Amino acid sequence: MGDWIDVCDADDIEHEDVMRWDHDGRTFAIYRAPDGAVYATDGLCTHEQVHLADGMVMDHEIECPKHNGLFDYRSGAPLRAPVCEALATYPARIEGGRIQVMPDQAG
Amino acid sequence: MTKKPKVERRDYSLTGESARQAAEAGLVAAEWYHTEIPRKQMKALMARSDGPAMRDTILWAVLHVLTAAGGIYFWGSWWCVPFWIAYGVLYGSACDSRWHECGHGTAFRTRWMNDVVYHIASFQVMRNPINWRWSHARHHTDTIIVGRDAEIAWMHPVNLALKSLAYVGVVEVWRYFKAITRNAMGSLSPDEQNYTPESEWPKSIMVARIHLAIYVATALVALGMLLSGMGWASLIPFMVIGLPRIYGCWHMVMTGLLQHGGLAEDVLDHRLNSRTVYMNPISRWIYWNMNYHVEHHMFPMVPYHALPQLHEIVKHDLPEPDPSIWVAYRDMVRAILRQRREPGYYLRRDLPETARPYREDLHQAIPERATA
Repeated sequence: MGDWIDVCDADDIEHEDVMRWDHDGRTFAIYRAPDGAVYATDGLCTHEQVHLADGMVMDHEIECPKHNGLFDYRSGAPLRAPVCEALATYPARIEGGRIQVMPDQAG
Repeated sequence: MTKKPKVERRDYSLTGESARQAAEAGLVAAEWYHTEIPRKQMKALMARSDGPAMRDTILWAVLHVLTAAGGIYFWGSWWCVPFWIAYGVLYGSACDSRWHECGHGTAFRTRWMNDVVYHIASFQVMRNPINWRWSHARHHTDTIIVGRDAEIAWMHPVNLALKSLAYVGVVEVWRYFKAITRNAMGSLSPDEQNYTPESEWPKSIMVARIHLAIYVATALVALGMLLSGMGWASLIPFMVIGLPRIYGCWHMVMTGLLQHGGLAEDVLDHRLNSRTVYMNPISRWIYWNMNYHVEHHMFPMVPYHALPQLHEIVKHDLPEPDPSIWVAYRDMVRAILRQRREPGYYLRRDLPETARPYREDLHQAIPERATA
């Protein structure tokens, strides 16, 4: 079991939006769903390594800003070409108003 | 008579020397320049809705039916001509922008609506929807990077006679039937294999067979009409399906060739290799606002209906748009003619004082440009 790492205030990310988070030489995308739940995935699209934090969150999907590939950020599943490969996901939670992620626990 | 070109032919294949050079120069899947836009504003621009595309698609479909009905009703008299001209543009030109926007998945919010229109438009524009989805993704990754981009319309030195034929679509139609037949027989070209993942090849082959089957069915209907003594009227099935890609593609070619014509190759700044042109409202409707082409390449997740708004936000950082199709053509043709004689020449537009400078750092890494 890995450690929970503090990321930011929960209010730093709007509902239905995404933010970039860099940690220990790696880059992640941290999401808030429309209901406020928090999720984390690898930051780079599996298609062409573009950062997903510049993309668009719609419901529970993240759209890559370069080629419009779609993932379900809850499971990392690819939903629309040109993405074929799933994104790694990580446990994320809100604790005491802060977002925390477990970056060593890829799902 | 046009003078013979003086520049040597570049290798535009995706598996040759230019591909190796592009990789060595760091031009493959590189980071591109883009204008900074606050996240909140960007989110508003990217927002999806079904409304605008549903309105435009219903209108597009109704106009297809009305103009085809007029063409058929007046068949045999000159009155049918304007109907076929209009039908041709709706089918053979407007299909390109629908193919493009729905391929990006930005036209509609609802995914299946994008997919349905994408497949219909792909058939009309005569592109294998599977292969071309991937070639277009590559076009956005490596826009006008020689050896990487499969959608470069102007290959140097430009063959002006062949390019002129594009306005009647015959070369493209011939290439399509060669490609779709090859795909239907179970094989993809080396370039198609280069940008289409192997997992997609079975889909590509299946769709190619469907396309061919529709054309065979159309030909059988026409043959049946001919054998039953309907004479010239037996051309009608082809006037409705297939031929509009020839007699109606002129608007698609007219607008499409402006996207990157006469501009730079092998750069990482869309302001240098793409063109924004102000157009009349009818052309913009047919073209779904792709005249804002620099903006589209910088921010491909912005739907077509939000591009005019995006243009207003970023224009301080972009070259002055061409004021009309006519002016854009005048400048583009001059540049193309010069490109036939001067290796490395491209039309370089001035930036406004409010803009950040062009991104120059990697331009000299390409051998041709270094010696230009």
